[in-house]
Amino acid sequence: MGFGPYFLLASLEGLVTAAVLTLTALGLSLVFGVMRVVNVAHGEFFMLGAVLAWAISTAFAGHPSIGFAAALLVSPLVVGGVALLAERLVLRRLNYDPEATIVATIGLLYIVQQLALTFYGPDARPVQAPFNIRVTLPWFGYSGYKLAVIAAAIVLVIATWLVLTRTKVGLVMRATQYDRETAQAFGIPVDRVYAGVFALGAMLAAIAAVLVVPIQQAHYLMGRDPLLLSFIVVIIGGLGSLRGTVVAAVLIGLSDGIISVFFSPTLAKMLATLLVALVLVFRPQGLFGAATR
Amino acid sequence: MASTLAIDGLDAFYGEVQVLRGFKLDLQQHEVLCLLGRNGAGKTTALKAIMGLVPARAGSIIKDGRDLTKLAPHEVPRTGVAYVPQGRRLFSELTVAENIEIGLMARGKGRTTRESVLDLFPVLRERLSQRSGTLSGGEQQMLAMARALCLEPDVLLLDEPTEGLMPSMIAKIRETVAGLRERGVSTILVEQRVDAVLSLADRVAFIENGQNRETLPVQAVRDDPAFVRRYVGVE
Repeated sequence: MGFGPYFLLASLEGLVTAAVLTLTALGLSLVFGVMRVVNVAHGEFFMLGAVLAWAISTAFAGHPSIGFAAALLVSPLVVGGVALLAERLVLRRLNYDPEATIVATIGLLYIVQQLALTFYGPDARPVQAPFNIRVTLPWFGYSGYKLAVIAAAIVLVIATWLVLTRTKVGLVMRATQYDRETAQAFGIPVDRVYAGVFALGAMLAAIAAVLVVPIQQAHYLMGRDPLLLSFIVVIIGGLGSLRGTVVAAVLIGLSDGIISVFFSPTLAKMLATLLVALVLVFRPQGLFGAATR
Repeated sequence: MASTLAIDGLDAFYGEVQVLRGFKLDLQQHEVLCLLGRNGAGKTTALKAIMGLVPARAGSIIKDGRDLTKLAPHEVPRTGVAYVPQGRRLFSELTVAENIEIGLMARGKGRTTRESVLDLFPVLRERLSQRSGTLSGGEQQMLAMARALCLEPDVLLLDEPTEGLMPSMIAKIRETVAGLRERGVSTILVEQRVDAVLSLADRVAFIENGQNRETLPVQAVRDDPAFVRRYVGVE
């Protein structure tokens, strides 16, 4: 296979990484943007989504698409419920203090991780893809499921963008993001907005995880890389910026795919981390960061 | 005259620092009541306490038989109290139309209210799709008032609305507040400009060390400059 097709293959792999990363990072970015909470447990919501996807899909007999569809529906809802509970029991009681919530979500990370180890075990387990279609290109065949993951991410990002910019719910979320106190003075129940955003952020991570488990296997430690990469993405893109998150996720995902294929995955992570350092030095608010109060 | 808002024995704190001490205030229907006092006297805190943005540890704020101190902050505007904060505090990344929409949503008001508010500030109609942070200072103040009036309030809290504005804008703000009084809106106005207070207020409350020392008809304040000298330190 020549360089061109090889590069195309690497780019497609990078786009799959970018798709999953966009959804995961979008959740983290929303939570930080609106609530000013750095959710260190975000990767564990991703892991929980994947583990639940395995549990739900294996509970269904018959065609894999039935179990997968059930997982895609139920897993994000359960993870959203867990996030709501964490928000109510922990973050709200800390009054969303930025420093205290970092420590609290580190604790949450270990609780969720150890619960997964206890009840799910240390093994990595596969989830069957809902369909096995091979798209034939002139140079190679490519997984139809992976292309579907890219399409699903695009649809979800557009849906999130429409909700944020064209609906009253989105307007309320943006107003809360820009000025919590004034939002309250105009009848916005900030606590409820925070609870909803925290759950939505976790659900986006869970959806990303359900989409990725037919490609990777579900494992109780699988939340670490998505967390690191999500932080890289939101710092480069600008905390709380939807546009920045998408651009940075595509940039990091593509470079990760291409560099991993041509050189090594470690070099890809090193370069991404270096890019974060450069952004922090020369443009601390990120590429598309917005001023907030 | 009947009372629209009655504050009694209010204690409010920032953290552990007490700012309001047994604060009392009685806002009557169809009046403009001005709070005068030195910086740090507790004027802004009094407005924030009414809105529930600074929690009250003691005392009551009664409006229409309901104690506002028992409500969550987001429930206060639904009782018909609207707030124009110091420095405007617009949602600067949102457009003019979106800021107005936030005001309308607070009490479920619709197109009729929106149109009547835009009639009051026609310049905003030309700027609806503009990001509010890019408006001039005067336009921002108009938008802050428009956003509050979208609640169709019967009590309006204005915190230094003329701060940093040119004289023509100050005149517009005065005219608007006077017009609202004619329409039955009661206003509590925090203002540093004594001339603005004397030209607009019906009564003046002098605030010192978190307490309302005395409330006087504006004519009494005009007649005896010693009040202003004592509580504000200017002639």
